[in-house]
Amino acid sequence: MLLEAKRLGYRYNARWVLRQLDLTVRRGQILGLTGPSGTGKTTLARLLAGYGHPHEGEVLLNGQSLPAGGYHPVQLVFQHPETTLNPRWLLSQSASEGHAMDESLLDALGIEREWLRRWPSELSGGELQRIAILRALGPETRFLIADEMTAMLDALSQAQIWHAVLTLAEQRKLGLLVISHDHALLHRICHQVIHLEPINASRHKVEK
Amino acid sequence: MSKRFSSFRISSEPHPRTEDASKSASLRFRTLLSGGLALAALLILIGSGLLLDPERLLTAPDNRNLPPSWTYWFGTDWLGRDMLARTMKGLTLSIGIGMAAAMLSALVALALGLLAGTMGKQVDAAISWLIDLFLGVPHLVALILISFSLGGGAKGVLIGIALTHWPSLARLIRAEVLQLRSSEYVHISRRLGRGRWWIATRHFMPHLLPQLFVGAMLLFPHAILHEAALSFLGLGLPPHEPAIGIILSESMRYMSAGLWWLAFFPGLALLITVGLVDWLSRNVRRWLQPSAALPYMNKR
Repeated sequence: MLLEAKRLGYRYNARWVLRQLDLTVRRGQILGLTGPSGTGKTTLARLLAGYGHPHEGEVLLNGQSLPAGGYHPVQLVFQHPETTLNPRWLLSQSASEGHAMDESLLDALGIEREWLRRWPSELSGGELQRIAILRALGPETRFLIADEMTAMLDALSQAQIWHAVLTLAEQRKLGLLVISHDHALLHRICHQVIHLEPINASRHKVEK
Repeated sequence: MSKRFSSFRISSEPHPRTEDASKSASLRFRTLLSGGLALAALLILIGSGLLLDPERLLTAPDNRNLPPSWTYWFGTDWLGRDMLARTMKGLTLSIGIGMAAAMLSALVALALGLLAGTMGKQVDAAISWLIDLFLGVPHLVALILISFSLGGGAKGVLIGIALTHWPSLARLIRAEVLQLRSSEYVHISRRLGRGRWWIATRHFMPHLLPQLFVGAMLLFPHAILHEAALSFLGLGLPPHEPAIGIILSESMRYMSAGLWWLAFFPGLALLITVGLVDWLSRNVRRWLQPSAALPYMNKR
């Protein structure tokens, strides 16, 4: 199974942030994406996960365009969990919105059962992010895009969460696109890292 | 690569904020108790009005114009009727009409606000135009027209108030829906395969309900006052019904004669009733909207 971006272009008003971009993520592959601010990393993540449509080119899943309804096989975990959880929902509701909760995954991500009986305003950003990750890892998820997923976490939690996600990715043969400024992290967990550069400059280059 | 991390072990010590749970439980309990008290007081008021012996509303020419005493707490009027009994009956009637009109209004506001926020640009434009239209016409004029065309009486007042009080609340609901619709958790919900209706009921409603409730409660005194105004003009309730508005407008004629208790006690009772409704609504809001209950967010 392949997630492909074909000659993708996206602009905010007249300013293009992505142009003629090709990218492929295979199932089981862990791909890193880095680059200076404003080079369209988050925009690319949103387009790949079906949040909005590109102005040029297309996103293909297994050669077909992304599904318009139903559970989306490409899930995105945002950088800031505070805005991704409904403040009027108990966390158990948020955690089970897409699928039934997986007890073992709950443990692997270090989520305490007691958190689930609380409101989002009663947990820290790191605790909320674990819930958001749990929500994105439904059984129908084929590709996970992690946009600075653990940037706000301490080193220990970061390690715990990546351990859980990578184990699951290996089990289920998920494709992972990891967007981060943390080069140490990317080089440790990714098979390949892509550097995105501002358009007009030379096109993004592949290393490793 | 995953085994590189397997050496990490996270100790599962108890969560540091566990002890606060008991505190928030007691806040929840206090909120429920306080709201329950207000509700109980209102129910007693309504119950006593409904169960009131109709004999006590009859005229008694021997007891005309008596000032407040232990037998007649609120005094008697120019026909010798017990003002306490009339006030209770009138409050019950006014509460009934006020509640029904406020709820109908809130329902209209919710329906139109949701439609405007979710059904696209044209529907939104049409509903916004309707809101502007109703806000542009003076309240009382529209109220009189609607009430008069329906033949007056309780039904006319009720529908008149319901049809004139929704626009500002509908505008509020519409704005809230527009904001909710663009929030990230709603976008995510769609990627999780959730449909429009599901999102509207599960994601929007918990945000809209407190707004709606508070809005309806704020409409309540308006509704009572407009009911009184219409009755005063002879387009509302028939004069033999002891509605609080009728009691107040009638007693105006006797104020200069020194019969102060005719307006004072019913007016005070109305004030207390509105206060009770406000107290109740504030507690319900705190209960429905946990963020409003946190001390650092709620300065009051």
